[in-house]
Amino acid sequence: MTAFIIKRLLSAIPTLLILIIFSFLLMHSAPGGPFSSDRPLPPEVLANIEAKYHLDDPLPLQIWNYVVGVVTQFDFGPSFQYKDRTVNEIIGQGFPVTLTYGTISFVVAVVFGCALGMMAALKQNTWLDYLAVGISIGAQVLPNFVMAPILVLIFTLWLGWLPGGGWNGGAWPYLIMPVIALSTSFMASIARIMRSSLLEVMHSNFIRTARAKGLSSRDILFQHALKPAMLPVISYLGPTFVIMITGSVVIDLYFTTGGIGQAFVNSALNRDYSVMMGITILVGCLTIFFNLIVDILYAWIDPKIKL
Amino acid sequence: MISIRTLTSTTILGLMLSASPLAAETHPVTNEALADEQVFVYRVGDEFASIDPQLSEDVQGGEFIRDLFEGLMNQDADGNLVPGVATHFEANADNTVYTFHLRDNAKWSDGKPVTAADFEYAWKRLADPETASPYSWFAEEMGIVNISEVMAGDLDPSELGVKALDDHTLEVRLENSMGHFPLMTTSEPTFPSPRWAVEAHGDDWTKPENIVSNGAYILTERVPQERSVRERNPLYWDNQNTILERVEALVISDESAALTRYLADELHRTEVPTGQFGALSEKHPEEAVTFPRLCSYYYFINMTENTHPALLDPRVREALYLAIDRDVITNAILQGGEFPAYSFTPEATANFVSPANPAKEMTQAERDERAAALLAEAGFDGSEIELDLLYNTSESHKKIAIIVSQMWKQKLGVETVLQNMEWKTFLEARSNQEFDIGRAGWCGPYNLASSFLDLMSSTHAYNDAGFANAEVDRLLDEAKVSADPSANFTRIEEILTTEYPIIPIYHYAGVYMMDETLRNWPVNNVEQKWYSRALYFAAE
Repeated sequence: MTAFIIKRLLSAIPTLLILIIFSFLLMHSAPGGPFSSDRPLPPEVLANIEAKYHLDDPLPLQIWNYVVGVVTQFDFGPSFQYKDRTVNEIIGQGFPVTLTYGTISFVVAVVFGCALGMMAALKQNTWLDYLAVGISIGAQVLPNFVMAPILVLIFTLWLGWLPGGGWNGGAWPYLIMPVIALSTSFMASIARIMRSSLLEVMHSNFIRTARAKGLSSRDILFQHALKPAMLPVISYLGPTFVIMITGSVVIDLYFTTGGIGQAFVNSALNRDYSVMMGITILVGCLTIFFNLIVDILYAWIDPKIKL
Repeated sequence: MISIRTLTSTTILGLMLSASPLAAETHPVTNEALADEQVFVYRVGDEFASIDPQLSEDVQGGEFIRDLFEGLMNQDADGNLVPGVATHFEANADNTVYTFHLRDNAKWSDGKPVTAADFEYAWKRLADPETASPYSWFAEEMGIVNISEVMAGDLDPSELGVKALDDHTLEVRLENSMGHFPLMTTSEPTFPSPRWAVEAHGDDWTKPENIVSNGAYILTERVPQERSVRERNPLYWDNQNTILERVEALVISDESAALTRYLADELHRTEVPTGQFGALSEKHPEEAVTFPRLCSYYYFINMTENTHPALLDPRVREALYLAIDRDVITNAILQGGEFPAYSFTPEATANFVSPANPAKEMTQAERDERAAALLAEAGFDGSEIELDLLYNTSESHKKIAIIVSQMWKQKLGVETVLQNMEWKTFLEARSNQEFDIGRAGWCGPYNLASSFLDLMSSTHAYNDAGFANAEVDRLLDEAKVSADPSANFTRIEEILTTEYPIIPIYHYAGVYMMDETLRNWPVNNVEQKWYSRALYFAAE
C-alpha cells in the first residue's frame, strides 16, 4: 500500500510537467496576448511591458523559469491582468470559496443521490421507484445555468428570502442557492448510478445466499450489498469532486461568489497566462490526488483489488 | 511609523464624529430632505484591473479613481471644467506653457499635504518605461515636452516638461500649442500618486491596507471578483459637501442577473440589457433612464490589399452605408434611446458643427434606391459580392450583424459571412486585416471632435482598416495647433461621407435602471465622468 502510494505520487511529477509544458504551449499559441487591447499599444510601450513580465524571453526559457519558480519558491508569478495581485493571492482568495460551496454541494449530492438511488433500487417498480427516477431525470435535465436564474427568481425576487448573489464570507443565506444549483444534476447522476449498481448487486448470487441464510433485509443491504454497489459510484465521485470544487463557472458567474471557476474563465479570456497556468496546475494536482484516493478506497472496499 | 498611524486614525475618528451631525437632514444647495441612509450600491460588469491612476485603463477602474483621487481639474455635471486640486491655471499666449495653482488645503488620506511635486512625480511615472503603463500613450497625447524620448527610454524621466515650481505651482511645457490641455487633466492617468506609498509597497500600494489617496473617498474593502467598498474621506478638503457615506461596487458579469438583483432592491444602479428598456420603462417609469453618450458604434471597411476588391470603390462603400436602416436598429433592436448615426462624431460633441449630409435627410426608401443605383453604377452585381463581417462575441453585436447582413442582402443582393470571435482573437484578426468589414465602438476620451476624428489619421494605432487620406492627415495636424479647429473637423466629416472608410450605425446612450431617490446623476455629462461626492439620496 505505502509503496503504491509513493509510486503514484512520484509518477505525478512527470504528469504535471507534461501538463505544464502542454498548457504553456497551447496558451501561447492562442491568438492575442495579455496586453493586446482595443487600442494597440505603441511598440515601445508594449516592449517595456513584455520585458517587465519576461514575455520577451524564448518560450523554453519561460517554461524553465516558471517551473523553477514554482518548485523552489512556490511562486506562480504575478497576474498579468490585475496589477496588484499575484497568482497565489488570486487562488488563495478564490479557491476557499469554491472549496466551501463545492464540498457542501458534494455532500448534499452524495447523501441525497445515494438515498434516492437506494430507495429506487430497493423498491423497484413501485411508485417510490418511479418517483425517485422521475426526480433524478428532472434534476438531470435542469442544467445549473437554467436552475440558477429560476432559483433567483423564486427565492430572491418573488419570496424575498435569500440574497440574489454575492458571498459575504460564506454566510449561510449566500450558500443555499449556489449549493442547490450545483448539487442537483450531480445528485441525479449519483442516484442513477447507485440505482442500477445496487439493482445488479441485489440480483447476484451471494445476496440470494445471504437471503437464504435468513439475514434481515437491513443486514443484507448494509453488510453485503452496499459496499460492492458503491464501487461505480466511487469511481464517479473522484473526478466529480474535483469538478465541483474547481470548475463551477456558472455558479461563480451567476451568483458572483468570487470563486476560482470565474477566475479561470476570465484568465483564459484575458490571456492572463500566469493565472491560467496556476489554476491548471491546481486542477491537475487535485485530479491526481483524488484519483489516488479513489484507488485506495477501491482496495479498501473490494478485497479482490490489491495495490 | 506606528505612532503616526495611530495619530492619523484618531484624527480621522475625531473628524468623523464631528462631521456626522452634518451628514443628514437637508441638502446644502437644494434644501431637499435627505435619506437617512446614504449608501450607494452599483453594479460593475467586470473587476477593475487596477486602481493605480497611472496604470488603470478600464472604465470601472476610472470610476474608482475619480472617487479615490483628485486631479488638477474636475468636471461638473454638464462636463464643464471646475477646480480640483488646482484652483485655477493660466496659459501663455500660444498655449504651450500651462501653470496650475494648487489649493493649500488639499490633503492625502494619511494627512500629508498634496503638493505640485505629487503631480510631477505621477506624470513622470506615467511616462517612465519602468512603470510600463498600458496607458502611457495618454502621456504622448498630452504632448508634454520630451515625452516620446522619455517613453522610448532615450531620455531620463526627469527631462519631462513638467515641473513643480513650488509646493503649490505646477508648470507644464508642451511641444505644440494645445487649447484643450486643461480638459485632459480631468483624466485619471494625470491624477497624483503618493510617492512614499508607491515606493514603500511597490505594486501592492493600491491594496486597502496600503493605499494613500487624496480624493473624497478612501478604499476600505476589496474582495476581488465580488465587491469593493469606498467610504468618505474625512480629510478631503471639501468633505463638508460630500453626502454619500459609502459606495459599494458589486461585480456582476451577467446583465440579467444584475437586473434581477436590482429589482430585488440589492442595487441602486444597473445597466439595462439590450432590448428591455421599453418594457422596463413602462413598468418602472421613474427608474428607467436613458441619456446620450459620447460614443459611436460603427463598421469599418478594410481598405488594404487584403480586402474584397469591390470595397475599394467608394460607390460600393457608400451603397453599404446607405442600405442600413438605422431606425430599425435603434428602435427595434436596441430600444434604449440610442441615436441613429450618420457621422462618426456625435452631434452632441462640444463645438462640433456637422456638415450637410444629404443621406441623413433622405427617407430610407430614397437611400435604398440610391444605394442600388450606386452599386449598378460601379458595375457590380450585388450577388457576386461576398463580404466577411467580423465582430466580437456579444448578443447585441450579433443581432446587429444579422440584421445588417439581411438589409444588404435584400436591398443590394450582397452576401455577408458573419465572423464571430472572442475578444482577443478578434483583436488579432483585426490587426492582421483578416476581414472585409469589422465592428468597432469608440467613446471619445474627452468632449472634442478630435477625440473621434484622430482615429482617421493614417498613423493612428486604432486605424487597422488602412484608411489613409492626405487631406485628413493635414487637417488633423493643423487642428492640433489651431485656436479654433472646428472648421477642420467639419471638413473631415465631409470627407468621411464622400470616402466612406467607416459606416457609422448608432450613437450610444447610457441606459440604466436607477433608484428613483438617487439624485444628481450627471446625465448631461456626455463622457459620463461621475463623482460619488456629487450624488445623494433624497428622503422618500
